[in-house]
Amino acid sequence: MSEEVFYKSISELEKMLDSRQISAVELAKAFIDRKNAVDSKVGAFISSNEGELLESARKSDERRAAGGKLSELDGIPVGLKDLLAVRGQKLTCASRMLENYVSPYTGTAMKKLENAGALFWGRLNMDEFAMGSSCENSALQTTRNPWDLSRIPGGSSGGSAAAVSAGECAASLGSDTGGSIRQPASLCGVVGVKPTYGLVSRFGLAAFASSLDQIGPFARSVRDAAVVLKHIAGYDRLDSTSANVPVDDYPARLSPDAFAGKKAGVPKEYFSSGMDPEVRVIVEKAVEKCGELGAEIVEVSLPHTDLAIPVYYIIATAEASSNLARYDGIRYTHRSSKAGDVVDVYFKSRAEGFGEEVKRRIILGSYVLSSGYYDAYYLRAQKVRTLIRRDFENAFESVDVILAPTSPTTAFKAGEKSSDPLSMYLSDIFTINVNLAGLPGLSLPCGFASDGMPVGLQMIGKTFDESNLLSYAYAYEQACGWNRCNPKL
Amino acid sequence: MPTRTNRPAAGTGATRNFNAMSETKYEAVIGLETHVQIKTRSKMFTSVAHRFAEPPNTLTDAVVWALPGVLPVLNFEAIRKTIELGLMLGCKIPEVTKWDRKNYFYPDSPKNYQLSQYDMPLCLGGSVEIELPAANRSEMGEHRNVKLTRIHLEEDVGKLTHFAHDSLVDYNRAGTPLMEIVSEPDMHSSAEVFAYLTSLKNTISAAGISDCDMEKGQMRCDVNVSVREFGSEKLGVKVEMKNLNSISNVRNCIDYEIRRQIDCLKKGIALVQQTRRYDAQSGTTQPMRTKEDAHDYRYFPDPDLMPCKISGELLSSIRAKLPELPFDRQRRYMNDLGLPYSAASVLCADSALCGYFEAAAAAYPKNPKAIANMVVNDLLRELSASEVSEKSCADSFEREGHVPTSEKLAGCRLTPENLASLVKVVDAGTISKQMAKEVFVEMFASGESAESIVEKRGLKQNSNSDELEKFCIEAIKGNGKAVEQFKGGNEKAINALIGPVMKASKGKANPGLVLEILKKIIGGLQ
Repeated sequence: MSEEVFYKSISELEKMLDSRQISAVELAKAFIDRKNAVDSKVGAFISSNEGELLESARKSDERRAAGGKLSELDGIPVGLKDLLAVRGQKLTCASRMLENYVSPYTGTAMKKLENAGALFWGRLNMDEFAMGSSCENSALQTTRNPWDLSRIPGGSSGGSAAAVSAGECAASLGSDTGGSIRQPASLCGVVGVKPTYGLVSRFGLAAFASSLDQIGPFARSVRDAAVVLKHIAGYDRLDSTSANVPVDDYPARLSPDAFAGKKAGVPKEYFSSGMDPEVRVIVEKAVEKCGELGAEIVEVSLPHTDLAIPVYYIIATAEASSNLARYDGIRYTHRSSKAGDVVDVYFKSRAEGFGEEVKRRIILGSYVLSSGYYDAYYLRAQKVRTLIRRDFENAFESVDVILAPTSPTTAFKAGEKSSDPLSMYLSDIFTINVNLAGLPGLSLPCGFASDGMPVGLQMIGKTFDESNLLSYAYAYEQACGWNRCNPKL
Repeated sequence: MPTRTNRPAAGTGATRNFNAMSETKYEAVIGLETHVQIKTRSKMFTSVAHRFAEPPNTLTDAVVWALPGVLPVLNFEAIRKTIELGLMLGCKIPEVTKWDRKNYFYPDSPKNYQLSQYDMPLCLGGSVEIELPAANRSEMGEHRNVKLTRIHLEEDVGKLTHFAHDSLVDYNRAGTPLMEIVSEPDMHSSAEVFAYLTSLKNTISAAGISDCDMEKGQMRCDVNVSVREFGSEKLGVKVEMKNLNSISNVRNCIDYEIRRQIDCLKKGIALVQQTRRYDAQSGTTQPMRTKEDAHDYRYFPDPDLMPCKISGELLSSIRAKLPELPFDRQRRYMNDLGLPYSAASVLCADSALCGYFEAAAAAYPKNPKAIANMVVNDLLRELSASEVSEKSCADSFEREGHVPTSEKLAGCRLTPENLASLVKVVDAGTISKQMAKEVFVEMFASGESAESIVEKRGLKQNSNSDELEKFCIEAIKGNGKAVEQFKGGNEKAINALIGPVMKASKGKANPGLVLEILKKIIGGLQ
């Protein structure tokens, strides 16, 4: 447990700001100093905006002085995954393709954070266009796990997880298409929430796979994540897939007794042979703990689990092949200096601008949508997606929450899997289903392996049941407190 | 060359005859894909406006540029207007519709996919009533229905301009709501296609859905032509011609292509399914690409837009306000108001003109025929006085690029009520028809009422028989030769006597009365 200000929770920081123990400018400086001290090792930031942060911190102090605090987030520095649009800030998607692109508009979730008084702090590393599970696919930056700098932070939102874990920002936003928030949260020992599809507007999130993408928070505690989620959630006219549902006051609904009288399901398919035995034991212990906290633990079955990876890599790549077509060398992206005619502009700009994994997925996605293959791949995958969704619907008829591992292993060594895409794909095996089903899921720390690396417990909730889901996580966190451990940097 | 004056005999088969090579054993089969830009305040998927002829790239926003993170939002008005046209044309409106991505790379498409509708369009089936040209322009031609396959909604693309070394792109047009009206292969000549496009244009503009100005790109067509032997049920090899942007190009392109295909068949050259480009300069078509190198558009449902349910309430609210179809209106004008075909067809080609006519007819319901004649002859003449001579008003495409009638009428000082008052004073015998022409010109210029001009200029017709009799006697005295001719049986000779009477009466003599008096006096002389 650390007394350092940069390791404090949002709730603690809010109290300090309110009682004038610290000013927003001082807090901003503390995070800037922390970033300067550790980011050469962690590498979470693609770029940072010290001047802008201090300026907005000054404004926050003025608001507080005038008694007009905007919310509990006023003055809190929040990092952004580098695919979220903020007016005047770079948005690179960790790609050569967008290396010099500056967004002229602010997306909805970010606008809401801004309106809540949160301070945008830095652009955080990721796998290029959110495609990857280790951050190693970033074309611009290398990020390492704060718990062991020889290991990867997970991905694709690896920078967002590492920055929170290393105390470089109080919270951050990432995006989760197949596990891109939960898996790095698990590997970096922080809390990460993937909301129900449609809870948070995708307007301003550079799309990877539109039917799967969701923006969500990383934080040092469940409560902090609940606070951030409360502010970014809600219906948005600008996103047709956004759901018009009321947003609960999540932090207010948190209860240490949340598990009392509830049933927690454990999917038998998730404790598979491919899992690291140590991780398995730690997660099983965490499940037991939930039982001690009042939950009735029952086994559930999600029979189509093994189809999730193939289905995901058809649907996600199909959508990506189309979503990424706009990065073409014509308007605002990288354009090859060697290009002649228009076809040449496309070929050379995309050849130079996109990395290997992005190209691999564009090719795969184009293939599964091709005439003659559409029915066999894309259409069939959509049908299986329905079966996967039904698996969860059936399970949730008898349980209130599903408990599972987040990742089959702890953080692996840098370079260990980067030459083997298939084994990399398998690291999302427990998270992908949740995106395919559109459900809310979160990961929170539940212990450490013998090598000192954090292990995450995944909790999967019913559709738009974030309130209860966060409350279960809160109950576990209150009882165990794994989140209060910090890496030594 | 085709002859539009070949009047088709009754029966559908015969309508296929008036084309190039009509003497041959071949018939052409033609289907159209017609794109029409919808008049809405904003673009199809974002709030920015769309208009013609604005400085390049000024009608754009983050969505139009397809910047990272943007999402489409449906334009409900465009959906409503497409359904409206669908209902007017008797289409079935399915309960659920959805949007699909049509993927292809081209710089006019910012996302490199076009949002369109693949397998669940807004409207299915339906038909367009067309009128074929009669031998005589004043007669009504044969009517028939051209079957439609579907109408769907999509977004327009930007515009490329090519220069010697580079090309520039303007995204003002990109994202404009565009409906695509797909016909069955149900036409057989360029004349039928012309009639089809005319009818579509009249219907769409009557509903205010679009102005369909081809010069402004508001209406464009892709034409599919194939040729087969008469009596064959099997369609021939299809050739597609894309983006024809004027009615004469459509006509010439079809005629050329039919001739070319028949020539090939006669010479035993196998036709290949292909897309051809029409070159207006040479009047020929050139191959662009064959089926083998056709695009694979990789259609799939757009994950950013949810499928859309079309409620019964929406349908009935649109149905309750459907405008009258131009040909229904034409029949009503002819059957209920007794208008001649010539006037009815001119009016019904222009809904703004119909509105004017109906307002005038409502103000003076006794003589719609005279009102129609005045609208079609005098009003149109005056409205177009400042414009290049118009060949024919019924031919609505010929007026492209000119100011639309609705705008001209909006600036017109002569109200429909005043026009009706002029017909009324003529009917009352207050002024002559001849005099009415002059009064009309003055009314058009000043906006004054007929009564006040007649009053002010003292134009009231002279029907005083005593006074007119004096003028007549003078005229007879001075024109002995004409009188003799008239007596000798030359009826027209009497006109030589009317002139002097008119002159003596300062043009105000009632011509009917003068004729009567003249005949009576001359008869008395015998």
